[in-house]
Amino acid sequence: MATVDIKKFQVNLNPTWCPGCGDYGLLRGLQTALAKLDLDPSEIVIVSGIGCSSNLPHFIKAYGYHSLHGRALPTAQGIKMVNPRLTVIAAGGDGDGYGIGVGHLVHACRRNVDITYIVMDNQIYGLTTGQTSPTSDVGSKTKTSPDGNYEYPLNPILVAISSGATFVARTFSSEPEHMSDIIVKAIQHKGFALIDDISPCVTYNKKNTYQWFKERIYKLEDIGHDPYDINQAIQRATEWEDKIPIGIFYINPDKPSYDQLDPVIREGGMFAKPELTEDEKKEILNQFL
Amino acid sequence: MSGKQEVIIRIAGSAGDGIASVGDVLSKLASRSGLGVCAYNSYQSVIRGGFVWLQIRISNNKVFNHGDNPDILIPLNQSEYERHKDSVLPGGYIIYNEDKVKVSNKREDVNYIPLSMRALAPQEAKQPVMQNMLLLGAAVKILNLDKSILDDIIRKSFGKKGEEIANANINVINAGYNNVSTVSDFNLVKQDKKYYVITGNYSVAVGATLAGCKFYSAYPMTPASSILHWFVANAKKYGIVVKQAEDEIAAINIAIGAGFAGARAMTGTSGGGFSLMTEAIGSAGMTETPVVIINSMRGGPSTGLPTKTEQGDLFQALGASQGEYPKAILAPKDPVSAFYMIAEAFNLAERYQIPVIFLIDFLLSNGYYGIQSDELDPSKIKIDRGEILEHVNGDGYLRYKVTETGVSPRVLPGTKGVYYVAATDEHDEDGVLISDIYTDEAKRKKMMDKRMRKMNYIVKDFPLPVVEGDSNSDVTLLGWGSTYGVIREVKELLQKEGIKVNHVHVEYIYPVNKEIADILSKSKKLISIENNYTSQYTKLLRMETGFEVQNKIVKYDGEPFTPLYLLKEVKRYL
Repeated sequence: MATVDIKKFQVNLNPTWCPGCGDYGLLRGLQTALAKLDLDPSEIVIVSGIGCSSNLPHFIKAYGYHSLHGRALPTAQGIKMVNPRLTVIAAGGDGDGYGIGVGHLVHACRRNVDITYIVMDNQIYGLTTGQTSPTSDVGSKTKTSPDGNYEYPLNPILVAISSGATFVARTFSSEPEHMSDIIVKAIQHKGFALIDDISPCVTYNKKNTYQWFKERIYKLEDIGHDPYDINQAIQRATEWEDKIPIGIFYINPDKPSYDQLDPVIREGGMFAKPELTEDEKKEILNQFL
Repeated sequence: MSGKQEVIIRIAGSAGDGIASVGDVLSKLASRSGLGVCAYNSYQSVIRGGFVWLQIRISNNKVFNHGDNPDILIPLNQSEYERHKDSVLPGGYIIYNEDKVKVSNKREDVNYIPLSMRALAPQEAKQPVMQNMLLLGAAVKILNLDKSILDDIIRKSFGKKGEEIANANINVINAGYNNVSTVSDFNLVKQDKKYYVITGNYSVAVGATLAGCKFYSAYPMTPASSILHWFVANAKKYGIVVKQAEDEIAAINIAIGAGFAGARAMTGTSGGGFSLMTEAIGSAGMTETPVVIINSMRGGPSTGLPTKTEQGDLFQALGASQGEYPKAILAPKDPVSAFYMIAEAFNLAERYQIPVIFLIDFLLSNGYYGIQSDELDPSKIKIDRGEILEHVNGDGYLRYKVTETGVSPRVLPGTKGVYYVAATDEHDEDGVLISDIYTDEAKRKKMMDKRMRKMNYIVKDFPLPVVEGDSNSDVTLLGWGSTYGVIREVKELLQKEGIKVNHVHVEYIYPVNKEIADILSKSKKLISIENNYTSQYTKLLRMETGFEVQNKIVKYDGEPFTPLYLLKEVKRYL
């Protein structure tokens, strides 16, 4: 970490997160990744939804759009589609991305727009003070599941792979160096990248604590996982209660991104043809003669 | 000139009978002959079956609506013959395929033109579905229109590859054309005028493209879908990013992203999709992101009448989203207005950094209108992108700087040396959130005032409605949006009867220019005309100005007003 200078991505504003929140780790990991990539803050747009983690854009020096609850992905895609020169990163929490916004996630995956989506997954609704989330474990006691959650959680890694995402990874907020390497690869990847970041909520999630994760986490690269093999990826993605893999589950380098396929975005989006020629203006109505 | 100067033709059948293609060909034939044309397709949301009719009005002069009862009826099956036979005007014609339609108890005052597909159609074109072309050929003969233009239209529509099919069609048309001996008194005279045949939807799409629209997103929804189709077909040529989104929530948020990034961005839908968009429309007001939203209204509520017309969404547009934020609502009166006003919608959106709602409806969206070519002049479309800074010196920049007009100059993402966050939470001038700061009323009030102040300036940019006819009249007809054509005709019909009447048509709906009430208060008898149940515009007017319209005509049966129907309704107040 000492090799890169993250200052150019820091702002003079204290995050609104609880002390010990996993989102600090993600913030640091993301700033480190941006520094490693040597990007200019003005070339980056960070788009978020609503929730604790969705305050992220305010704490990074870059352009930001803090959109509605669940709508980070459509907003981010709109930005990328008209200005493909920008590095667009969407971010938010599990309620935002896997609950209210999950429809957009599925379509962003299959569309394969060249953006990186980071979900700070704490398996709880934090900002609304501790309700069950789409990734809450079965048995988790929350304000809305006082007897233990009896809905099965969504598996974001499997959802992303099966929906056609071309880069799917999991990081852990206590492993910022490992995380920043993965974010670098995700941003460099040409296509839609999902990073499910384990970001423990120290206030409301009493089950999935740092300690709980530390006892279970292992790195996929340490066991010789082949991320280009979708069957291996799916197999590893099903692991949870006993052993929890972090690292890159899946990469599909063969599927072109939406921006490469769309004839206008490929030519620069809104820069493809900034103005119509006088002849084009004259001729445009002739199709109605 | 003697003889009839105009004709109304109604083609009735089931979906899949090829009604639209007859309408399309006839519209083109009329416009290529330099004649005025207007067509309305009363179709249903079915691909096959159902009851469908298309009415097309052709005239030596420009036509503003599709008229009332037909001079010529072309029923394509027995049930549609029964349904429409009484509507044919005295002296009119019923042209039908006698193999399919059996006629008994003939009316004395109508000319029956039976043709037999079986006997007349050439061998290569015996398919029952081609009866529409046989009957079209007969209609063209009765109308004394130039058949060589028709042949040319058919050839062009099938292209070089479809030469065989084109010839088959022309042969069927000839069979119809040559087997009618009736001499009619229609006197449609070929004129040296250049007409476009365009729908309101296409007019909006072309106007937007000329206004520099670089992004369009939508989820398919009748009656707005053909805007999406036009953009898809023309995207590559004119450099427009077009996205069919997974739903309307995505469509509007993608458009907002595009608008934030600096593209002139637009999305289009109908009432149901608009409902889904409303939260995001408010967010564009909060983040001060320019975006244009088209709502092509259909009969509501709920799924309602998917393929019928209504002006029922004005209050929905007005109340779209929680909270209060600046916005503009525009409603063009016809395709010509739509062409220019959509450019103005973009200008307002960017000048004031607001969402602009563009209200059209089924009638305007999908009606075919003959528009004289010089009425749509691309050189008259002016682009004003508002204040966008290209160079800024770093830290001093405030994205939401408080200004007199409430408008803070924008910097687009990608501009060097600057950064800011646009947030849907309440924020200060620098974009930093103040939403959760305990009791900072002063900042909240300052930012609300800044945004809402834009409304005072938006309304000043709005042109006042023109009073058509003598300002000192006994009767004033008031309308908004797509009812213009029919109200205009009713005004003329009343004038012919010696009644002093004028017409005020509002297109810049919201914010309400209070001077509209001053104009209307001069009228001796004011009658509003709206295609909805609750007379929504008059409610808005009273809400904003205190001015009450006493006489209201409303229609909410799914069909648009027609001239004679409206004339009768207006006369009830005279």
